[in-house]
Amino acid sequence: MNEVVKFHFNVDGDSFTSAGQASVQVKKNLRQIGISPETIRRVSIAMYEGEINMVIHAGGGVADIMVYEDHIDIILEDNGPGIENIDLAMQEGYSTAPDNIRSLGFGAGMGLPNMKRYTDSMEVTSELGKGTKIVMKVNI
Amino acid sequence: MKISDIQTLLDAEVICNEDKLGRHVYSACGSDMMSDVLAYVKDQAVLLTGLVNSQVVRTAEMMDMVCIVFVRSKKPTQEMIDLANESGMVIMTTKKRMYEACGKLYKNGLVGNGEQNE
Repeated sequence: MNEVVKFHFNVDGDSFTSAGQASVQVKKNLRQIGISPETIRRVSIAMYEGEINMVIHAGGGVADIMVYEDHIDIILEDNGPGIENIDLAMQEGYSTAPDNIRSLGFGAGMGLPNMKRYTDSMEVTSELGKGTKIVMKVNI
Repeated sequence: MKISDIQTLLDAEVICNEDKLGRHVYSACGSDMMSDVLAYVKDQAVLLTGLVNSQVVRTAEMMDMVCIVFVRSKKPTQEMIDLANESGMVIMTTKKRMYEACGKLYKNGLVGNGEQNE
């Protein structure tokens, strides 16, 4: 199926303050092409959580958003330390985030579960020492 | 209620987007944990929080919220004000603490989303 629109972002891993910039931009871009508010919200929350994760754990990464006729793909890739046990990481409340991140209102072990909650499908592949790739799909 | 009613009820100081005080809002949520806001907020328009960093504004923006109330006299940074101005988000600060601020608003008709965890 032909993709309609594609957005690519580099997620800067240096500053927690700038995390979320790409998600805010995606939100604007999707609004401009007339995607429904509920779909935009699901895509931007899932991507925002992913972006925060990349900044906290992986020193940044890249995000690609592909809009098709009937769904949106969100692909997040980083070259971070990888996830040792994906099943465990998917459990609500399980977190390896450092204390300083918790004091900023994140790191409660809700990131990956939230990404799953707001998307129609989610695939996580990860290799220790190499990085993590997350592919999420939101039906339009 | 209008956002201006929130300001009156909480005796709050408006920090930015004062021109949007006439907007109507129907529900709110209170949390210092942004992960919970992202997980459980549905259509609440107002966020009450004691947490101060840029991600508070971004989180509220992601959830399509229109007003942030900082409790316990917390003040946003200039960076946060700039972010809020970009999206037209009203920010105010009240001396009241979280429980009392939420209680005052709830008592006057600003409810939550009625959901609970299993």
